[in-house]
Amino acid sequence: MPLRRVTFTFKTDLIQRPVIYELGKKFDIVTNIRRAEVGQDNGWVVLELEGTLDEIDRGLAWVVELGVDVSPLDGDILVG
Amino acid sequence: MQLLPMRGPAKTLPNVQSLRCKECGRDYPLEPIYVCDFCFGPLEVAYDYDAAAKNMSRESIQDGPPTIWRYDQLLPVSRENAVDIGAGMTPLLKADNLGRELGLNNLWIKNDAANPTHSFKDRVVSVAATKALEFEFDTIACASTGNLAGATAAHGAKAGMKTIVFLPADLERGKILGAAIFGSVVLVNGNYDQVNRLCSELGDDRHWAFVNINMRPYYSEGSKSLSFEIAEQLGWHAPEHIIVPVASGSLFTKVHKGLNEFAQLGIIDGADTKMHIAQPAGCSPVATAFVDGQTHPKPVIPDTIAKSLAIGSPADGFYTVSIANKTGGSATIVPEDEVVEGMTLLAETEGIFTETAGGVVISALRRLVREGAIGPDEETVALITGTGLKTLEAIADSVETKTIEPNVQSFDEIVTKAAVS
Repeated sequence: MPLRRVTFTFKTDLIQRPVIYELGKKFDIVTNIRRAEVGQDNGWVVLELEGTLDEIDRGLAWVVELGVDVSPLDGDILVG
Repeated sequence: MQLLPMRGPAKTLPNVQSLRCKECGRDYPLEPIYVCDFCFGPLEVAYDYDAAAKNMSRESIQDGPPTIWRYDQLLPVSRENAVDIGAGMTPLLKADNLGRELGLNNLWIKNDAANPTHSFKDRVVSVAATKALEFEFDTIACASTGNLAGATAAHGAKAGMKTIVFLPADLERGKILGAAIFGSVVLVNGNYDQVNRLCSELGDDRHWAFVNINMRPYYSEGSKSLSFEIAEQLGWHAPEHIIVPVASGSLFTKVHKGLNEFAQLGIIDGADTKMHIAQPAGCSPVATAFVDGQTHPKPVIPDTIAKSLAIGSPADGFYTVSIANKTGGSATIVPEDEVVEGMTLLAETEGIFTETAGGVVISALRRLVREGAIGPDEETVALITGTGLKTLEAIADSVETKTIEPNVQSFDEIVTKAAVS
């Protein structure tokens, strides 16, 4: 099953919402947190997502819609 | 594609210890891997500095070749059998004319446009290609919209490896041809995100040396040679300020690492350089994070004429912000209309035609001087990382020419009068 490593960055209004739990419930995606720092005003989480590519894409689109910043852990590969 | 006979295997020097996670410190063997299995932190080459110090001195460096390979004691692979087309030892020029314009008495330009494929990427790809041979890969690959494409294609050709350079099909013709001459370009019908995605999938799936994926820990070490050279060319000391154009942030972090390694080995007395971030307004996730007091850059969709800085999700953004803070540096967000101004100013004062990223650096420098962040007598180095000949479209509407008829009267009417008035 494909894996994708991403960083979620949360703003203040989403700090209290269990976004990663909801992501795993709403979509057929296994979430695996590896590193995180969550404060009162913002937070970030490095995690691995396992699922079909389509399901991961749908799940990430939902997370972005909520207002979470999502970036690939490896950064952009296509460079100048 | 005809391949050259494979050269002898490259070798790792004994002072190269391991790959080490920048987050949790776990050690890994020297393999083509780039992320920590436990915490997903990036892996970085770790050295035995005591061993390196025994083999490296100012004299031994000066006795080495006039390339990045003179510093191989602090690179992840030795100069023996290096894939070398002459990267490094680019000019460090005293920029008195530009300095007068800006109000600086001690300004230097490190002109990395003088590299073989005209950008600093030759430094990193020379190391990556050499390491790829040591790992016995037969294929080297990258995805690029510019400088990295040319550097990878050229070094792949020199190494006699199969080379695959992915470019967006709608890239400017000149950039495609500049890489295609080496015989290795694949054009992808897709936008920026689609090319990124394809290369990410291929990077996981194929047994290739992908220079900025599984070769990244080794590749990025090549950037340290820029600061090694600056220290050597300044007479064995670190400058007070360096202004660095930031894309992924890898160059920024490695320039800083290089100075600290020289200090640790006693090759220079110390490294108290203030590290300054320069980004264009159309793609400034790292500079914005610094200015806003955030630790992690927020991803953006790039929209800048400085194409070589158009990285919306910078892999080393966090570390770049951290170093700028730790060293007392700064971050400047350069308005897009000041990018060409910076290019023009450098060209008209110093005779150097920089790519757009250099325009960002020079305009950032001008702002830093105006704000008082850099004093008139403080030794400052501005990094010029590539040539303007690759980004001609950026200046097409900004440079003026005069056209005359082929006679003296026309010359006097149009040129001489304009010069007098």
